[in-house]
Amino acid sequence: MFMKSKRLLIIKILIIFILISFNFKNVAVSSDFSEQQTINITKNLRCLICQGQTIHESNSDFAESMKKYIKSELENGKTNEEIFSSLVKKYGQWIMYDPGISRNTLLLWTLPLLLFLIGGVIIAKKIFRKI
Amino acid sequence: MLSFFVFKFALEKEKIYSPKIIDNQIYTDFEVQDLIEGKRINLSKVLFGKNFYLINIWSSWCEPCKDESDKLLELKKNTSIMMIGINYKDKKINALNFLKLYGDPFDRVFIDKQGTISINFGAYGVPETFLINEDNKVLKKYIGPLNDEDVYEIKKITNN
Repeated sequence: MFMKSKRLLIIKILIIFILISFNFKNVAVSSDFSEQQTINITKNLRCLICQGQTIHESNSDFAESMKKYIKSELENGKTNEEIFSSLVKKYGQWIMYDPGISRNTLLLWTLPLLLFLIGGVIIAKKIFRKI
Repeated sequence: MLSFFVFKFALEKEKIYSPKIIDNQIYTDFEVQDLIEGKRINLSKVLFGKNFYLINIWSSWCEPCKDESDKLLELKKNTSIMMIGINYKDKKINALNFLKLYGDPFDRVFIDKQGTISINFGAYGVPETFLINEDNKVLKKYIGPLNDEDVYEIKKITNN
C-alpha cells in the first residue's frame, strides 16, 4: 500500500516536471521567435534621429523604445505588416528602408527599369543600324 | 553656379525631420500608469470632457524641458485645454522634484518607463508636444521645446 502511493507520488512529480519543462520550452521558443521577428522588422526601419543607421543597429533612446514597442506589439499578436503600416502612419514612409510601391515611390521603383529599357532600345538601334 | 544653389538650398533647409502624418488620429486605447497615484487607467477615459488636450512628453533629465516649463504653465491658464504630461524614461523621485522645482503645469501625469507610449504617439524623444482635439485628431505637433510663437499659436487655435 505504502509502495503504491509512493510510486503514484513519483509519477505525479514526473508529470508536473514534464509539464513545467514543456511550458518553459514553449515560452523560450515563443520569446526567441518574437526576438528574431523584432530583429527582422527593426532591420528595415530607419532610426529617424541617427545618421544612416537602422533601428536594429542604433542604441539611441528612440531606437531602444522602438525595439521594445515592436516586441510588445508582436507579443500582442500583431503581424509584421500591421506593425509596419502603423509606424508609417505615425512617422511617414521615410521610416521604411524598403518602401513599398505607392504613388510617392512609383518613380523610385520604375525609373531604373525605364532607364534600362531606354538604354536597351538605344543599343539595339545602334546594333541593327550596323547590320 | 548650380552647386552653389544646391548647397544654399541644403543649408537653409529645416534640419528637424517632421513627417507628413498620414493618419493624424492619435491612438488612445491603451493603459497608462499615473505618476503620483500609481493607478492604471485607459488613456481614452482620461481624454474626456475638454475641447483640447495638450500632451507633453518630458523628463527631469531633459534640459530643454526646463526651458519650456514656463510656457506650459502659461498654457495651463487656458481652461479649454487639459494638460497631460508623459514622463519619459525617468525616476519617480526625480520627476516629482522637477515638478516641485519648475512648477506643475499638468492636470494628469503618466509614466512612460519604456518609451513605448511615446512611440504610440509617434514621438521621437523629449521634449515633444501634441495638441489634439476632442476627436483625438492631432492639430499640431511640436518637436523640441515650446517657444513663445508656439504658445501664441496654441492659444490662437484653442481660443477660436
